[in-house]
Amino acid sequence: MMLHVRHGGALTTVQDRGRSGWRHLGVAHAGALDAAQAALANHMVGNPADAAVLELTLRGPVLEFEQPTRIALCGAWIDAHFEDAHAQRHVVPCGRPVTLPAGTLRLGTIRSGLRVWLAVAGGIDAPPVLGSRSTDLRGGFGGLDGRALRAGDVLPLGARNAIEVDAPTSPKWWIALDPVASMQDAIRYVPSASTEALMLAERAWNVDAHSNRQGLRCSGDAIVATAGEQISAPVAPGTIQLPPDGQPIVLLADAQTVGGYPRLGHVIAADLPRLAQRRAGDTLRFVAVDAIAARAAARRRQGEIARLHWAIDLALNDPLER
Amino acid sequence: MTPARFEALADDAWLIHLGTTADAATNTRVHALAARIRASAPSWLFDIVPAYTSLGVFFDSDSIDADTALDWLRMQCRADIETTTAKPSRIIEIPVCYGGAHGEDLDAAAAELGIAPAELIARHREALYPVAMIGFAPGFPYLIGLDPMLALPRLATPRARVPAGSVAIGGAQTGIYPRESPGGWWLLGRTPLRLFDAQRDPPSMLAPGDRVRFVAIDADRFARLESEA
Repeated sequence: MMLHVRHGGALTTVQDRGRSGWRHLGVAHAGALDAAQAALANHMVGNPADAAVLELTLRGPVLEFEQPTRIALCGAWIDAHFEDAHAQRHVVPCGRPVTLPAGTLRLGTIRSGLRVWLAVAGGIDAPPVLGSRSTDLRGGFGGLDGRALRAGDVLPLGARNAIEVDAPTSPKWWIALDPVASMQDAIRYVPSASTEALMLAERAWNVDAHSNRQGLRCSGDAIVATAGEQISAPVAPGTIQLPPDGQPIVLLADAQTVGGYPRLGHVIAADLPRLAQRRAGDTLRFVAVDAIAARAAARRRQGEIARLHWAIDLALNDPLER
Repeated sequence: MTPARFEALADDAWLIHLGTTADAATNTRVHALAARIRASAPSWLFDIVPAYTSLGVFFDSDSIDADTALDWLRMQCRADIETTTAKPSRIIEIPVCYGGAHGEDLDAAAAELGIAPAELIARHREALYPVAMIGFAPGFPYLIGLDPMLALPRLATPRARVPAGSVAIGGAQTGIYPRESPGGWWLLGRTPLRLFDAQRDPPSMLAPGDRVRFVAIDADRFARLESEA
């Protein structure tokens, strides 16, 4: 089955869990900015965790399905409607599986965050490039020709079980990882040995409008660097760089593989997905932690995610909910 | 010789520093260590990223904890890295059409350096450049060994579009742009080769540790090679 794109949305890309093993050739990791949300959405529609999903930014796309299918929207909350063959409009809820007849899915404004992951039963069947279906926007490959979706695009979907349904149906339960309250929490980072590393936590920052999948740019009271450009060295998603203008950049999934700016440290793995939801203008605070705290936080988040997968399993197998 | 120094790069990556100056000797040690680690890499090791003076090592944090990964890496660094019998590095010849429409800044760069364009080309072709690392963009080689006589400040106004394959100098470095992109270096010429193609195996023509020699070609040969690429 094919998925027809009627409108691409602000920035909609095909993503899976990203690329490994090619970093030494300058190939970015890419992949969903919150792999856990993508995996939860995949689980709800019966896909494996690494199936390709669509990552929506700020405003979603308009998609047309030829046949009935099952979808799930995870991440931030989004205004979503479904229009059936009789031009009837139905609200599509988030955080749960939704079975849809053939028709048009209109994904609108994203609320309480910035990004949403849309899983479709069967997964987006883009050809894997260097071991992944993820879009590498800077490299111009992967996903759909290495670019964001636009009107007129047609995406193949993987094989899935046939569904028959006349109207959108969804269960009453839903899941939520990272509830809205945690958006205010400080982002934890492990400081580097550089003299400016702790200054990051001393002031409040705003998310700059030039942020993208490569990096989240902070704006605020500049940190004056004592050292200039360094010898270029490997960097990673989570690396906090200090360019000469003193406005830190937190590298995200599309990060380049090497960089020459002084490094202030790295955002811990448990908090990196939270940065995917921060919008331009949002206030951002950082708090320094050590590696032990970072690992404890990672385990706690993994536990929360595991409990959600378990709950989804139970709910999907509940005869009253089917 | 500086002993290896370890630093956390991410919750799932260690950075190994082997020196503080970006010289060829330090970079050779980086590639020797990368080769040694790659040769005995356990399945939890995802990526080994050599740079000028350091090596990034990415591991699967779901299957091994950071301290165990660090212990294993320390073991690899304990034995003298120089004793590693790394396979001899490849020499890759890169054909370049210098000047004219292929290298818009050749004449201006020569004038800035106070030498004839032909001498600039000769000096640029003479060296054998080790690929210190690949980064910035897929397949972009950082070459060391540019004749210090050819060092130039970057362009005052960077170009919005540098054509793919452009061979350029900037600062004390020379490089090749794998893909059309913005850039602030002086364009000396262009290669018809595709440095990076994600559909190809291996995707990058150059690998870290290779050595590069530039070979001058004329516009006809450029056109022929470009149609074959």
